[in-house]
Amino acid sequence: MLDDFMVRAALAGMGVALAAAPLGCFVVWRRMAYFGESTAHAALLGVSLSLMFEFSVFLGAIFVSLLMASLVTLAQGRSLFLDTLLGVAGHTSLATGLVVVSFISGVRIELMAYLIGDILSVSKTDLLLIWIGLVIVSVLLFWRWSALLLCTLNEDLAASSGLNPRRESYALTIGLAIVVAVGIKVVGVLLIISMLIIPAASARSLVSTPEKMAVFASLIGMLSAILGLNASYVFDTPTGPSIVCVASLIFIITLALSFFAEQFSAVVKNKKES
Amino acid sequence: MLKSGNNIMLIEIQNLNVAYGRKKVLENVTLTLSKNEIVTIVGPNGSGKTTLFKAIIGSIPIKSGSVVIKQNLKIGYVPQVLNIDRSLPLTVERFLKLAKNRNDQGFLRAQQILDSDDLLSSQISNLSAGQLQRVLLGHALMNEPDVLLLDEATRGLDQPGSAAFYKKIEEIRETTGCAILMISHDLHVVMSASNRVICLNGHICCQGEPKSVAASPEYASMFGSKVEGTLALYHHNHSHEGKGS
Repeated sequence: MLDDFMVRAALAGMGVALAAAPLGCFVVWRRMAYFGESTAHAALLGVSLSLMFEFSVFLGAIFVSLLMASLVTLAQGRSLFLDTLLGVAGHTSLATGLVVVSFISGVRIELMAYLIGDILSVSKTDLLLIWIGLVIVSVLLFWRWSALLLCTLNEDLAASSGLNPRRESYALTIGLAIVVAVGIKVVGVLLIISMLIIPAASARSLVSTPEKMAVFASLIGMLSAILGLNASYVFDTPTGPSIVCVASLIFIITLALSFFAEQFSAVVKNKKES
Repeated sequence: MLKSGNNIMLIEIQNLNVAYGRKKVLENVTLTLSKNEIVTIVGPNGSGKTTLFKAIIGSIPIKSGSVVIKQNLKIGYVPQVLNIDRSLPLTVERFLKLAKNRNDQGFLRAQQILDSDDLLSSQISNLSAGQLQRVLLGHALMNEPDVLLLDEATRGLDQPGSAAFYKKIEEIRETTGCAILMISHDLHVVMSASNRVICLNGHICCQGEPKSVAASPEYASMFGSKVEGTLALYHHNHSHEGKGS
């Protein structure tokens, strides 16, 4: 079964979607979208370095994104212009990565694959790495779920009940680095942030608790991966961007649905009152 | 060490110094809290009130001095605000149950504080300032605390709102025997309920019973001599502050 590239692609897409969506909820709640994007951009430097020195792309990506995320977490609270700092660090790594790649002959064509992903060429090893990443991220989130929620709401409140907010946010950072690293093959460094935030944003209007939001985001992420894969097959379009387009379409639909539901309930309420 | 006379000491702070970088925030602060006490800390903005709380809950490093907390002391912390983004769906019930070491008795107490069962299924982001304050207080009661720490708990409440809130605090002390340490800028309402008032401005300027503090020259110089007897003016300012937040 795993010998079929379409099956491998579907499993890879679902794996990344499942890992990204619940983590993406925290990215949205903690307003870390830009942090996530900068971390993902930084990963390209890791990719180029690993191509240059011929070691695993996955390791290179995870190493640089962890480094970047750790530096930013350290700077947090000490620097007033965190946003700017993120932009500087993320884009510096992205640019350096692109420059480094230009020194290696023959990889230039491959570069696009790391920017927007190349899910159809996922190997069995890639697939294994993706699903190991998924298991680690899921266990991490499941274990730290309540603690992370409390830290998100108020760090002093969390500290007063014996938690260490810095450690918790570092756990989140590690999860983010893993998702970026496993997502590169599927949607690439430019689009991985969308797999984090778009399913979470779509799920928001459908739910009333954080846990349900994580579950719905995962379902929406998986649906986008499968539909996007099929769409790219039918229309012969690049797969990574197709997956993201489907996710965006779902976002627009849920937004419209919740808008009409609000209007409808307002009308019903008015009728009852008059 | 944690016993003086018949009082059981819950928190004992000795010569505490805290600095952010080179800036001294707290200097030689000594303060104790015993069972059943209500202690109010007042002081202008930037006087180190919140820093003192952070030192008690252990979220900032202290430079020198000591903060001794009675063993296994259960702390209920009531923060000023929640960083709740509109993207985070959270019902009141789910928030209450996020509390660590909660128990059924605590949940019952929290529900009594909420005053309404409908509130449990409401979204936190839709609450009014008064409702949110009750929810935060309820959250702090979930583990049946020995000490309640309240950080500007009446911020954003109007005068009747804060009066009602303080009445609840007194009830909690009476029914549970829980000690209360609160930060406030809302002098007149607080003072009637507290056993002790501490004026903080980096260091402790003065402390004592509410009446004696209100009459002390240090207090007058800190808040301006007009404070006493001009309740209306003071509260007028306060309510503006509330709307802005």
